[in-house]
Amino acid sequence: MNNVYYGKLIFELSKEGRRGYTLPKNELAQYNIEDLPAHLMREQAPALPEVDELTVVRHYTNMSNNNFGVDTGFYPLGSCTMKYNPKINEEMSSLPAFTGLHPLQDVSTVQGALEVYYNLQTSLAEISGLSEFTLNPYAGAHGELTGLMVMKSYHMSRNDDKRTKVIIPDSAHGTNPASAAVCGFDIVVVKSRPDGTVDVEDLRPLLDDSIAGMMMTNPNTLGIFEHNIAEIAELVHEAGGLMYYDGANLNPMLGMCRPGDLGFDIMHINLHKTFSTPHGGGGPGDGPVGVREGLEQFLPCPRVVLDENYELKIEFNDESLGSVSGFLGNFGVIMRAYSYILTLGKENLRMVGPLATLNANYVKESLKDCYELPIEGVCKHEFVFDGLKDKSTGVTTLDVAKRLLDYGYHAPTIYFPLLFHQALMIEPTENESKETLDGFIEVMRKIATEASENPELVKGAPHNTPVRRLDDTLAALKPVVTYAELAQAE
Amino acid sequence: MTYKYFPHTDEDIRTMLDKCGLKSLEDLYQDIPQELFLHRDYELPSEMSEVEVRKMFKEIGEENAQLSCFIGAGVYDHYSPAVISAILSRSEFLTSYTPYQAEISQGTLQYIFEYQSMMAQLTGMEVSNASMYDGTTATAEAMMMAVANAKKRNKVLISDTVNPIVTRVVETYAKFHGVVIEHIAAEGGVTSKADFEAKVSQGDVAGVIVAAPNFYGIIEDYTGWADICHDNKTMFIMNCNASALGAIKSPGEWGADVAVGDGQSLGIPMNFGGPYVGFLCTSKKLIRKMPGRIVGATKDLDGKRTFVLTLQAREQHIRREKATSNICSNQSLMALYVTVYMSLMGNQGLKEVNALSYSNAHYLADRLVETGKFELAFPDKPFLHEFAVKYHGNIDELQKEMLSYGIQFGLKLDDETLLLCATETLNADEIDEAVCYCESIVNA
Repeated sequence: MNNVYYGKLIFELSKEGRRGYTLPKNELAQYNIEDLPAHLMREQAPALPEVDELTVVRHYTNMSNNNFGVDTGFYPLGSCTMKYNPKINEEMSSLPAFTGLHPLQDVSTVQGALEVYYNLQTSLAEISGLSEFTLNPYAGAHGELTGLMVMKSYHMSRNDDKRTKVIIPDSAHGTNPASAAVCGFDIVVVKSRPDGTVDVEDLRPLLDDSIAGMMMTNPNTLGIFEHNIAEIAELVHEAGGLMYYDGANLNPMLGMCRPGDLGFDIMHINLHKTFSTPHGGGGPGDGPVGVREGLEQFLPCPRVVLDENYELKIEFNDESLGSVSGFLGNFGVIMRAYSYILTLGKENLRMVGPLATLNANYVKESLKDCYELPIEGVCKHEFVFDGLKDKSTGVTTLDVAKRLLDYGYHAPTIYFPLLFHQALMIEPTENESKETLDGFIEVMRKIATEASENPELVKGAPHNTPVRRLDDTLAALKPVVTYAELAQAE
Repeated sequence: MTYKYFPHTDEDIRTMLDKCGLKSLEDLYQDIPQELFLHRDYELPSEMSEVEVRKMFKEIGEENAQLSCFIGAGVYDHYSPAVISAILSRSEFLTSYTPYQAEISQGTLQYIFEYQSMMAQLTGMEVSNASMYDGTTATAEAMMMAVANAKKRNKVLISDTVNPIVTRVVETYAKFHGVVIEHIAAEGGVTSKADFEAKVSQGDVAGVIVAAPNFYGIIEDYTGWADICHDNKTMFIMNCNASALGAIKSPGEWGADVAVGDGQSLGIPMNFGGPYVGFLCTSKKLIRKMPGRIVGATKDLDGKRTFVLTLQAREQHIRREKATSNICSNQSLMALYVTVYMSLMGNQGLKEVNALSYSNAHYLADRLVETGKFELAFPDKPFLHEFAVKYHGNIDELQKEMLSYGIQFGLKLDDETLLLCATETLNADEIDEAVCYCESIVNA
């Protein structure tokens, strides 16, 4: 990370006539593309940059230096599980024996790739206590949508077509209601109690034969375990609905509890959270979906199945909900997650949950005297402060977040969940040492002191980053989203 | 008891538990009813050293075969410059999250802005989002965008010449989203204009989806199609091969409202199906209806030109169930991939890639027809680098024999039709060799 702003765009480095590639000479030039009918061909060339190779390399290297990643420093971003992305996973996922495979090449020539897919699928089933997984969905939100499609397919297969509603707690991730809406469901919100868990009494009257199911995150977005989960699952099942587990917060459960054993029927997992694959600045991830026995036939196609001769096959079946992806998901991400599971093995996987939870509780206990802790008690892998304890200074959660950047930390998740006005959601993963956490705690305490003694310093943060606070309003009022527009405006 | 990814010593654990007023790691789970615990180890293998992990993947990899690639069907074996993987492996890009904290994420925000700019240029459209999962889901998102924009219409037409893998995903999304999909018939390898006009003129169609080049590699003539759509207040959506847009008429030039497709053809390794990158581009007036992330230019407090995620009011974390889509990420690293690719290749490089692929594919087609055992399925239609042939023999046997020579010889479409592809990664010798094997097989 370099605190000097780079800021150039590749278009600004372009000079006519330069190039950054070589291609083979055309030995078959008698077959000339210009023989294609002119009216089907491009009239105006795309204005792409013209740059040499070294210029490209330096440009993107300089750009990367203005970015902060897990390899740069502590990244306590709540609900995102920014754990270490092991290097061995990267090496395995770039093996040419896998990266060179065409997804439609003959199935006899991709048995190794299918083995990785199949083994990860069965490993995830064991870890979550469910029957079978698809690894096809490309992301967490995509997994949610796929899981809800399974839910709908199940009800439709029983000709139970009046189940149009999905129940979602008010503390849920925004993707839950959005996914349910895309899947054609109506959303019913169930309230949380003061302790942050679902209010069972508020839930009861919502349950009838119009309910398709309920989506829950457990531990929830406050980092609190939904201790009434068994009762909730029973109530929803009695009403004929299915239980959906949002796997965004699966990390603390590793080694301790399995969603299948808690009464959930369908779930998704974020491989880019719990199974250590890199977030890549916003993707690619992968969002495998698992189901309880009896729902397997609804999973999306293509599916990887083991036949009676112990050969792996790619299958399409009629009862399936259809397809949500071109092929078998983000295979490169699947490779990384499988490498992670093999590397840790059962002995270390079981330690992931407890150590992540220990780290979160340690940070919480060390800071709760200067930050407002709305819900006392043990949390799981993350917890939420409602801003600074001393509200008189006018220093907001946004200010605290920005000041953290000055000290070389990524900010926590802010203003989510929506239950608190000044939410500051902290998730240190199991990979962080006590020394790292102590350093963060010290800085958080220092910021609290600064907020009282020199509030303007905090309100004006960040001061030491490549750029200072940005004008979000300007960006939204007059959107400039391409270089062509920018060049015109400048 | 430390492990390489867990820095906790026994003493650390004790001190930290003390701070929490707890005695054991189990106490951290005291709020969970006992009967809900997994009281055993996972039934999974024991930990492996890196030596063992490498061996394991090497062994598994040997069960795959690296084939000479004469197959496309949506995924293309194009040249990938060495620079790209070097840039992508920079952990500042690789290990960062979505760029919410713009002050320390200008790297990500800038390349997304460059990506949007390049994709808008390539498609001839005004704006692009920050990328989507892949081409199939981007097309499904465009379908939902058309329906949302049309308000009271819930029918979308899709041409039978669109890649069936794309259509399958669009139909799945449509089924659950309450959208009716009707097909436009194909005639002689292209979309029937008569069927298109008859269906769209009913006045209840929100959007029409066609392909360029189409599934059979044919470059269709869409002259007048956008006008017909617009006369009927219907969105004209084109699903495109990104690389081909360096040569063929762009969606913008055809008058399309939305351009979607997969960016894999811009040098991304085939990777057994993913990760790839979907693109979705549209006009400025539809920007607020567009799903997915968008990066915009702005200024910081010192007046420096900077970049930031913008128009988030459309998105799920603000709008929840009223969002334009449930998408909450993009395919950022793969967007970087194609951005670096387009930086290196430029317009000239893309033109050369298309020219080489065209030459190779047309040479292959000629050589096959010369054998007398193959004929073009659509001889009067112009194609770029992919084409369908009729084979007068048993396709399964042919493909199986070709596999024994290390060649994936196209995709079987039906008992007599094969879809073949040749890109710039093949050369005349390799094509001659493949045709030679073919001749020996068909004459055997």
